[in-house]
Amino acid sequence: MASKDDAMNVDYDVSQPQVMFQFYKRLYPYQAIFHWLNQDHAPSRLFTHREFAFTLQGDVYLRYQSFATAEEFQREVCRRSPTRFEIGAIYNARPKDKKVMRPGALQPQRRELVFDIDMTDYDSVRTCCTDKKICARCWGFIAAAVRVLDSGLRNQFGYRQLLWVYSGRRGIHCWVSDAAAMDLTDDQRRALMAWLEVVKGSKDTAKKVNVRFKNGELHPALSSAVRILNPKEGDPATRWNFDGLILHDQDCFKNQEQWEDLLKLLGNADIADSLRKTWQSDTERTSRRKWEDLVKELRKRDKKTQSSVLHAMEEIILQYMYPRLDMEVSKHRNHLLKAPFCVHPSTGRVCVPVDPATVDDFDPERVPTVGQLLSELDRLDGVPGGWEKTSLKPYVEMLERHAQGIIQEARQGRKAAQSLEF
Amino acid sequence: MISREKRAAASAAASPYAHLTYQHRLNFYDEPPRYNITLDEFESCAIDRLRILSEIESCLARNRSPEDMKTVIDAQCRKFLPLDANTASKLVDVDAQRKRDHLGHFVLRLAFCRSEELRRRFVKSETMLFRIRYELADQNEVNQFLESKKFAWEKASNGELQSLKSELIAVHPRLPWPENGSPPAYYKVNWTSVPDLVAQRKVLLRLGKAYVPATEQESIVLQEFQERIESNLDRTAKALPRLDEDDRILPILGHLADGLLAGIPMDSSFAVTEGDGVTITADMIEDLSRKHFPLCMRNLHDNLRKDKHLKHAGRLQYTLFLKGFGLTLDEAIVFWRKSYRGGKVKDDDFNKEYKYNIRHSYGQEGKRADYPPMNCARIITSQQPSAQESHGCPFKHFSIENLDTALLTKYGSCGMNSSALPEINKYVKDGHYHVACTRVYEITHNIRKGEGLGGGESVTHPNLYARRSMDAAKVLIKAETAPVDPSAMVEG
Repeated sequence: MASKDDAMNVDYDVSQPQVMFQFYKRLYPYQAIFHWLNQDHAPSRLFTHREFAFTLQGDVYLRYQSFATAEEFQREVCRRSPTRFEIGAIYNARPKDKKVMRPGALQPQRRELVFDIDMTDYDSVRTCCTDKKICARCWGFIAAAVRVLDSGLRNQFGYRQLLWVYSGRRGIHCWVSDAAAMDLTDDQRRALMAWLEVVKGSKDTAKKVNVRFKNGELHPALSSAVRILNPKEGDPATRWNFDGLILHDQDCFKNQEQWEDLLKLLGNADIADSLRKTWQSDTERTSRRKWEDLVKELRKRDKKTQSSVLHAMEEIILQYMYPRLDMEVSKHRNHLLKAPFCVHPSTGRVCVPVDPATVDDFDPERVPTVGQLLSELDRLDGVPGGWEKTSLKPYVEMLERHAQGIIQEARQGRKAAQSLEF
Repeated sequence: MISREKRAAASAAASPYAHLTYQHRLNFYDEPPRYNITLDEFESCAIDRLRILSEIESCLARNRSPEDMKTVIDAQCRKFLPLDANTASKLVDVDAQRKRDHLGHFVLRLAFCRSEELRRRFVKSETMLFRIRYELADQNEVNQFLESKKFAWEKASNGELQSLKSELIAVHPRLPWPENGSPPAYYKVNWTSVPDLVAQRKVLLRLGKAYVPATEQESIVLQEFQERIESNLDRTAKALPRLDEDDRILPILGHLADGLLAGIPMDSSFAVTEGDGVTITADMIEDLSRKHFPLCMRNLHDNLRKDKHLKHAGRLQYTLFLKGFGLTLDEAIVFWRKSYRGGKVKDDDFNKEYKYNIRHSYGQEGKRADYPPMNCARIITSQQPSAQESHGCPFKHFSIENLDTALLTKYGSCGMNSSALPEINKYVKDGHYHVACTRVYEITHNIRKGEGLGGGESVTHPNLYARRSMDAAKVLIKAETAPVDPSAMVEG
């Protein structure tokens, strides 16, 4: 499939302004984006006081753009044809009026709670690719992170309006649109991130997870994360769990340097020594078998050792698979994040929404590219039509469904508030 | 609900403190003062409170431990803003104390609502002050106070707690769960009411609700306090432009705000006390400056030596300092005449122009006002010195490189070394100039970090710096030459 499309897409170079113009003119789903941000059908402050930032050709960066209506938004995006654009906070005034306001008077007020997970943060653990690359295999880390974060945000924080969006290259974004999340202050966002942050430390820190209480217990929120990453028998089956991803697919403890890391993290020199002996003599031993060796070795020990090493093993699971979040993105309301359905400038892929229920099977390499979509339009031979005639359709419909859900909830929220007033 | 109110009312009536206007020592400052006050009260209450808030800010800047901070601030509060419990109401006029506390808060609210920066700092230090008082208060008193506020905190039901038992125990293993009795008391609040507990994962979260053990109630109270102050400050900020103000109050408010920005209340004054046995003469300045002067004055002195001249602003700053230091008018004239000798100012000019200025500073000319020595706030907020000028606060007005060189050359012989510089530079970069100066004092006087000028006090006045330094030397000399004289120790 890829090769056939590639042949047809030669003409569509993302760095060409006219290609982006075609994309924005014929394919970009303005209505769905408008509904999603605005949380209502008629333009509200959520849209009119919202900051947009454009990155134009030649890395010109335009902040503090804002639009009164969905139509104006569409007109301006087409006119500017930015290489990409970002969405920011809702301010106390229209951001485009910033220049005529007193300095410092424009203040961010509300904003979706956003998260950014990037594959580069996993370079120390993933073995299939490095740096800017991503494949279906290392997507497993992202899939696992999505499952943990999605469950945490819903069950612990009670948020329901979560939109997951592929970032176009090697990561994923999450936008939380619940009124309670929109209202969070920067301090509260910081607190929430501190709650979520587990993997800390630089390259030189061997043990990056130190989250136990003094009595050795894990917080229930983290125990449930461990359970999601390493399901017990009877839990819903997942493809990218600790066994499938770390031990089998990525084979994370294959060479000596890697399994020495593992031994170090166990924090038990005695067990490490006996395992080292076995593993040094068998260079082909798989990670899965090494983990089994460890479990077997552990059975021979006394209760106390068992419990301390079992704790260490839970922390290893967290260290290898717990979501590694870009903290700064989420802490401040005025931080900008790339809009869904933008095109990634280097891959040409569209930043499409991802359904967390099927995130395991998402393949970043099969996400439609601009070139592919424009070719699909070309094949219509002049019949008018936009995204609904292309393979972008299911993704746009996903966003539209999500937006309608938010609109409904916002309406119910308003009704409830009114009935309280009377 | 009604029965609880009734009970509260009944207990208030029965309380032996029912006659008090302010029933509680703690105050959420929901109600503005509704009585007449004099301008003088208006300013003095605010200044005393500002002293405390500034001290809190400098404690935070210096990373004092919470326990340390409690001790320091409690001591300062006793001095400037005493606030006693109901149990002391027979001995002191607690209503008067509480009125000052109440009034001071509202005046500062007016002064600090004007910019985002001021609001943020005010909220932070006020919350800290409330926290310290809350933690030092008697549990009974706290309970009565909370009862009176009628917070709508939801208690988690026993059934709900039982269903979460194992998870709650994992978070709070020390809370006792009786075998057959009811579970420990938990509040169920929106997680956003306890962000600090969430940040430390010290609560259980379920669908946006945090289960807070009753023992952690403080967090909820503090958050409630902070939120109320924040929203009230916003409202005050919106109302302030409509304040129908003659020009009596606004200048005071501006003055107070400057004080917080400088980190020191604007009025830190220095009382010149006489007759402590030592007369300072012009000849002694050279020697004493090396041992006892803060960097701003060392800098002025050394420049005066080098150039045999100081520009007007520097001259004024230094003259007033020396006056506060104990140099009499006659000695001051001798000192300045000598210092200028050999420079561009001839004796004749000196007599004609400069002498007048010195006499003026001593209140002997013109309107004969006794000008007080400048405090740190004034020096820090003074005009940025130009190339030929040397007044101001070196911590604020020097570049980091020049500051470091100056510190090493001027105080190298008293224990200053380059390993201490990064810490000092950090304070300077964060704008805590007086904290940096305090640290220099500690290093050059070989005092434990955090001790400051004594008892954790920060440098707020160059003369205070010099005085404390002299006192410390005196104690030292006496200790070496004679048996310890207790009165000297007390004085120090």
